[in-house]
Amino acid sequence: MIRTGGQIVCEALIREGVDVIFGLPGGAILPLYQTLPQYPELRHILVRHEQGAAHAADGYARVTGRPGVAWATSGPGATNLVTGIATAQMDSVPMVVVTGQVGRAAIGSDAFQETDITGITLPITKHNYLVMHASEIARVIKEAFHIANTGRPGPVLVDIPKDVFTEEVEVDWGDEMALPGYKPNLKGHGLMVKRAANLINSAERPVIMAGHGIIISRAYDELRELAEKAQIPVITTLLGIGCFPENHVLSVGMPGMHGMAYANLAIEEADLLVALGMRFDDRITGDTSSFATGSKKIHVDVDPTEIGKNIAVDVPIVGDVKRVLKALNRQVHEASRMEWMHRIDDLKRDHPSMLIRETDKLIPQYVIREIAEATEGHAVIVTGVGQHQMWAAQHYTFNDPCTFVSSGGAGAMGYEVPGAMGAQVGRPDKVVWSIAGDGGFQMTMCELATLAENRIPVKIAIINNGFLGMVRQWQELFYEHSYVATGYSGNPDFVKLAESFGIFGARVTDKSQVRTVVEQAMEFDGPALVDFVVEQEENVYPMIPSGMSVKEMMEEPRPQEAVR
Amino acid sequence: MTMTMTDQNGAGPGHTITALVEDKPGVLNRITSMFRRRGYNIASLAVGPSEIPSLSRMTFVVDGNPSTVEQVAKNLNKLIDVLKVVNVSDEDSVRRELALIRVNSDVRTRSEIMQIVGIFRANIVDVASGSLIVEVIGDEDKVDALIDLLRSFGVQEVMRTGTVAMRRGAHERQSHHAEASTIRMESGL
Repeated sequence: MIRTGGQIVCEALIREGVDVIFGLPGGAILPLYQTLPQYPELRHILVRHEQGAAHAADGYARVTGRPGVAWATSGPGATNLVTGIATAQMDSVPMVVVTGQVGRAAIGSDAFQETDITGITLPITKHNYLVMHASEIARVIKEAFHIANTGRPGPVLVDIPKDVFTEEVEVDWGDEMALPGYKPNLKGHGLMVKRAANLINSAERPVIMAGHGIIISRAYDELRELAEKAQIPVITTLLGIGCFPENHVLSVGMPGMHGMAYANLAIEEADLLVALGMRFDDRITGDTSSFATGSKKIHVDVDPTEIGKNIAVDVPIVGDVKRVLKALNRQVHEASRMEWMHRIDDLKRDHPSMLIRETDKLIPQYVIREIAEATEGHAVIVTGVGQHQMWAAQHYTFNDPCTFVSSGGAGAMGYEVPGAMGAQVGRPDKVVWSIAGDGGFQMTMCELATLAENRIPVKIAIINNGFLGMVRQWQELFYEHSYVATGYSGNPDFVKLAESFGIFGARVTDKSQVRTVVEQAMEFDGPALVDFVVEQEENVYPMIPSGMSVKEMMEEPRPQEAVR
Repeated sequence: MTMTMTDQNGAGPGHTITALVEDKPGVLNRITSMFRRRGYNIASLAVGPSEIPSLSRMTFVVDGNPSTVEQVAKNLNKLIDVLKVVNVSDEDSVRRELALIRVNSDVRTRSEIMQIVGIFRANIVDVASGSLIVEVIGDEDKVDALIDLLRSFGVQEVMRTGTVAMRRGAHERQSHHAEASTIRMESGL
């Protein structure tokens, strides 16, 4: 079967089950694009900036568990993907990126739109390829998907020179993958699992810290079985949100810098941490030398380099968390731990981080609560990074996996709109809310055109405080209110902006309007944007300042009240 | 090939790691990029073909404490193009490097240099009117010692290959695949 390189790319993607590609063409990738009409089963969504393509592929992957696919041309097309690729790498998101490259003869000559994208993305991809012959494409794409979506997932970039897309070869779909150095260890060491079970069985105050790994390996049921059988409170990390229902009696919320005070205190008082598919990020540990010093630690992760990297552990287990939990659950005894449960209840009562402060003004936490109520906690929430992200993580009640989608490790502002676009394309059955900051929104707002053009019905809530809010908060708390370069006095009229794209637009300035407008946005058949003009100098609490310990935790200093 | 990077972790004793890697374009770049990004310090690096066609073997001498070295080994293993990583620093191993040393010499010093070269079982491989080239094979300490002794004559140039290392004894012990290294890691290094 004679095929061009471009045809092989398309057919290989179809063989991998790909149904949608986010991309933007240019000279070097044009021959690939020109084969697209032959493959109507591949839906292409034309973004307005390649960063949007990468974030959309990432959002798609996070809600479906299937690798997202992004295409871009050489040079600036490829470099514009970089933030999105780095985001996927940091958060272990499977993604396959295909970039066009200048023709083979021109490589290394500083040709027009030539950039060494494999060199640039080397430290921010799980692996990457420069394909120099069309005969290699079928095998390379097969390997790319395998690498992207097994072990610890991550982005794989495949760079293909322009003339390789047009090269005609006899394609062999039977080509085996050639990855002798890639063997993720999934099983978990039996002896270590036994030791972990013994530690759990003898612990008095154990805490589970469940991370993104639980979602990646679909280990929700196993996690729940462990928690319920052994009666262990469950803390979920930022990216682990949704892996354990937050309305469950054993849920203790999110830990870390802006985590629930009771979650951080529970970690501090625990005698055993059971860390599952998480990596002791510095936003969780703060000062590592004073983090959870009174506890033994079990750490399960599929990536051996994460174990012992930040925190010394007593029982390291390299393996897929679902398989490890299945084995562990058989050896864990039923327990009640009433005393510890009462202590957790006391911590929750004495440190009510979920309450929001009493005010008639429009505050961001209230907006999030209203969106949570209106969607009954079943929407997919996509955020950028900053205050709005933390409020969304804190005040939306997540009960389903894959419903909180956020740029965690990379902390990429601008993720919120294109990430939500990808999530909505991946889950057309779900209501998708993009909770955006007014800063991050403006970084990728060009994708409103993509949303409008494709009628992708994402609902955008701009938490508009006219500041780079989290940076302003640090300036207030640690730089004596010196607001250097954080005020956004030049914000556009977001409602008119939305309307100019043919998108529903509305502005909310008063608490009483929130619910009505949220409902209106959701009733609108298509993308919608709501500009919530909120209190400008609201802070995210609790807060443990960077690099400090739970002893330095600051809680909301003003009077609070429960909302409903 | 020897390369030296700036030391970010503080000097520590050298640990030796070998890696069996795919002989493909860019593999050396992937490996050194990982060292650079993670702030690990390569004291020396030697690369050459292995006994298996299409695979190369590398020997790294790495500065750092044992937990850093363990992280280096694990991060090497994580690279797709790396098939096998062996930490040979704590094992009974043979370690060798080759150095060429261009040293000043004249009729008055030549015989003294030849004596020193003889003691070290080194060779003089080139003689010019004002200098000669000494070739020495041995572990780092031996090469360092010879260079130190020759300094008093005036060392013009030193070329070192970097250490290569191999475990002593039967081949099975040397074969040390990913799973074995994981078990060792799991048992607390």
